[in-house]
Amino acid sequence: MKIIPFFIYLIITVGLTFSLNRQWGSIPPIGKFISPQQGFWQNADALDKDYDADLKFPGLRDNVQVYIDERLVPHVFANNESDAYFIQGYLHAKFRLWQMEFEVYAASGRISELIGEKALNFDRGKRRLGMVYAAEKSLKEMEADSITKYECDAYTAGVNAYIDNLQESELPVEYKLLNYNPEHWTNLKTALFLKYMSLDLAGSENDFEYNNAKNHFGLSDFQKLYPYLQDSLDPIVPKGTVYPAPGIAVKIPPTADSLYFAKTDSTDVFESKPDKRNGSNNWAVSGKKTKSGRPILCNDPHLGLNFPSLWFEMQISTPQFSAYGASFPCAPGIVIGFNDSCAFGFTNAERDVRDYYEIQFKDESMKEYWFNGEWKPSTFRYDTIKIKGKPDFIDTVAYTVFGPVMYDKKFTGDRTGGKKYYAVRWKAHDASNELKTFNRLDHAKNYDDYYDAIKNLHTPGQNCIFACKNGDIAIWDQGEFPAKWKRQGDFIMPGNDSSYMWQGNIPQDENPHMKNPERGFVSSANQFPVDPSVYPYYLGGYFPIYRGFIINRRLSQMNNITVDSMQTLQTENYNVFAEMATPLIIRNITESALNRDEIEYFDTLKKWNYRNDINLRGPTIFVLTWKELEDAVWADEFGKCPGPTVYPESNDLLEAMLKDSAYKFFDNINTPEIETLHDDVMTAFKKAVVTLKKLEADRKLQWADYKDTKISHLAKLAPFSRLHLSVGGGENCINAAGADHGPSWRMIVELTDVTNAYGIYPGGQSGNPGSVYYDNFVDKWTMGKYYQLWMMNKNERDDGRVKYRMMFDK
Amino acid sequence: MKFIIAILLTAFLSFVAGLYLPWWEIAVISFLVSAAIPLPHRDSFIAGALGIFFLWGILAWWIDFKNNSILSQKVAQILPLGGSSYLLILVTALVGALIAGFAALAASYLRKS
Repeated sequence: MKIIPFFIYLIITVGLTFSLNRQWGSIPPIGKFISPQQGFWQNADALDKDYDADLKFPGLRDNVQVYIDERLVPHVFANNESDAYFIQGYLHAKFRLWQMEFEVYAASGRISELIGEKALNFDRGKRRLGMVYAAEKSLKEMEADSITKYECDAYTAGVNAYIDNLQESELPVEYKLLNYNPEHWTNLKTALFLKYMSLDLAGSENDFEYNNAKNHFGLSDFQKLYPYLQDSLDPIVPKGTVYPAPGIAVKIPPTADSLYFAKTDSTDVFESKPDKRNGSNNWAVSGKKTKSGRPILCNDPHLGLNFPSLWFEMQISTPQFSAYGASFPCAPGIVIGFNDSCAFGFTNAERDVRDYYEIQFKDESMKEYWFNGEWKPSTFRYDTIKIKGKPDFIDTVAYTVFGPVMYDKKFTGDRTGGKKYYAVRWKAHDASNELKTFNRLDHAKNYDDYYDAIKNLHTPGQNCIFACKNGDIAIWDQGEFPAKWKRQGDFIMPGNDSSYMWQGNIPQDENPHMKNPERGFVSSANQFPVDPSVYPYYLGGYFPIYRGFIINRRLSQMNNITVDSMQTLQTENYNVFAEMATPLIIRNITESALNRDEIEYFDTLKKWNYRNDINLRGPTIFVLTWKELEDAVWADEFGKCPGPTVYPESNDLLEAMLKDSAYKFFDNINTPEIETLHDDVMTAFKKAVVTLKKLEADRKLQWADYKDTKISHLAKLAPFSRLHLSVGGGENCINAAGADHGPSWRMIVELTDVTNAYGIYPGGQSGNPGSVYYDNFVDKWTMGKYYQLWMMNKNERDDGRVKYRMMFDK
Repeated sequence: MKFIIAILLTAFLSFVAGLYLPWWEIAVISFLVSAAIPLPHRDSFIAGALGIFFLWGILAWWIDFKNNSILSQKVAQILPLGGSSYLLILVTALVGALIAGFAALAASYLRKS
């Protein structure tokens, strides 16, 4: 025996093993990761992987059968609802565990735990907004309701049943890459996920930016830049509708003129916001407009396009109900779908339900703040943020009567060192139980059931659409919305005076709605729910108008509607914004002042049919010209405005162009001449052509090449993403497929005796990048095609579409 | 003959142990096999290394074949190996071989020789 070489080689072996068993920076533990029996190779599912299984869980009350079809859609048959939600939790975890946890980490500001300090500002933002505080409050409400309580308990038990039986080799590949392990699921995590949806859909407003613009330009110019009314609006509830006198009389604070509207200091907050294109289309047509004589309901929510998809398709059947559709991994129930009696869906209501108040603290300890003429004590919440590879970061957040002081001297969004204190009042901080909405909709048999269901939906406010086999169609612009005076909360409000607080909620029955209208359809596409000049409450928020406009135009013209014609409409690339704006641009271009290149592009623009089809150049020319036009009009004025600001909306600029040839902002204030719209359009077009020529040289002039739609993996791993998809449409088109954002679940349901339903989402049922089911819907989605949705009957278990059987025993 | 047996035994026992133990069982197994089957130091190293090279290489190749390289092409971009599945299988086999080889080499010095 030779001791010295023995020890040398032993140390080399042990050293190698240790260093390949640990993570170095962002490099995963290579030995562990690459091992074919434990590492990522285990995630490479065989193409013919068998999903058949016989499983036994003591948490079940009875046996449950799950039939999995050829698209990997599970059809769950349970004898009681508790078992159904247990299995739903189990299946969500089986196919989407990493995504579920990641979304909850993001919701609760825990991403630094996974990727280190670079996520700290993101995490602080979530904590300081009170995401966990809001979820804890909602959880109490959810658990106080016996239905939601057992639903969540069963769902959580199902998720944990999967986690507890998970072998290391079966861990989703992202855990192996980032080198961490799943935690147990809790009901709080479901609540956190729902708050994340609230943030995505009801966490966008421009209060700081508007505040800066108003303070710089003055109130009168602000109204010109950001008008409340829209000329081309076709609201959800048609113009001409008469509204009853308001149930709650909102009083403008007596000091509003001096202390609110005339205030002139700017803010230094850089707020991160959800994508402003988060929106959706939905509509339902009555039987008198359809070929079958039965209603058809359509919905396509436009959200960030990600892998794994936000949605998981499935069927849940119990003796009490059968529902099919898109579910949220993280939450029990079917969210957008149909049951044996009716169909339901949502678009975002877009209301501004988040406002900021400037708080005056006695000193930097933030222990007392001035409120209604006295010093009032604040409370504190201490947030410990774990950071990978670094000591914990402890954030102290003061809570006031409004809510958490989100921005203070130590946090202003993307940098530190602010001057002021801003508390946030967010509707999502109020306890509510949105899960019950989905639960009751899944059970709904008629309009009354639907209305009872949606009344539980407080935040995020949604346009809830409904169609029933008995012929009813309906829509409610539903949520618990604060009743506001005009422009309340568009700017930072004084935080020392209770008269600026929200004074109450719009009464439930005054929420805009329509049932079985004469015109034979109901629809929404995030536009104003009502004519804002006659509705008695201020709505606030950002309401895009063009998709709603074209949907209503088309639906009014259509008759003998079929599922096919609805598919065509849902994937329609016609750009009605371009239809209104392009003639104005063309009129303002003097052809004789263009060079040869410019004339060529100008000719293409003139011949364009306003369709954002994949192979056209027109939409690229239009979009770039418009972008340059916005810069030509706004950059001079906004360049002088201190603090973060935001340009007025495209529709506001277009409407100013259409009606006011002397609009003062056309002038470039940096030149001695007085520029007109004509000058701005010429400048914009010539600048656009410079970019267009570069694009043409790179072969990126055709619309789909320019737009370059992609579906990104949630952890931004390019190899797990799908890039360069050839997709038409885009902003302002019904087919709202943007670069990284778009129709996340297209659904069409014809309410015939045997429901005739179609749907598709850009993804696949498996969250595993190593599975053939990871992205197998994507190609069909890009082509605008659909799958027929199969509400399976239990006696169809021998049907050829059933590919796998998972049998669960108690 | 002993050399071939050492290779096969390393591969077989590592496979079985891999069903129950973490990935570094390959070091333990090749150490034990080398201690039990006396070979010259160089041959011990090669036997241990080849045993795992074949085990990991064949396992990875088989999995990859059944998966039609869906995952290996993606992981070979993250690691980064230019998206080459074959390179990734080779790297897999070599990483295992290296550790197993040194473990077997160390064990070969335990014997009187």
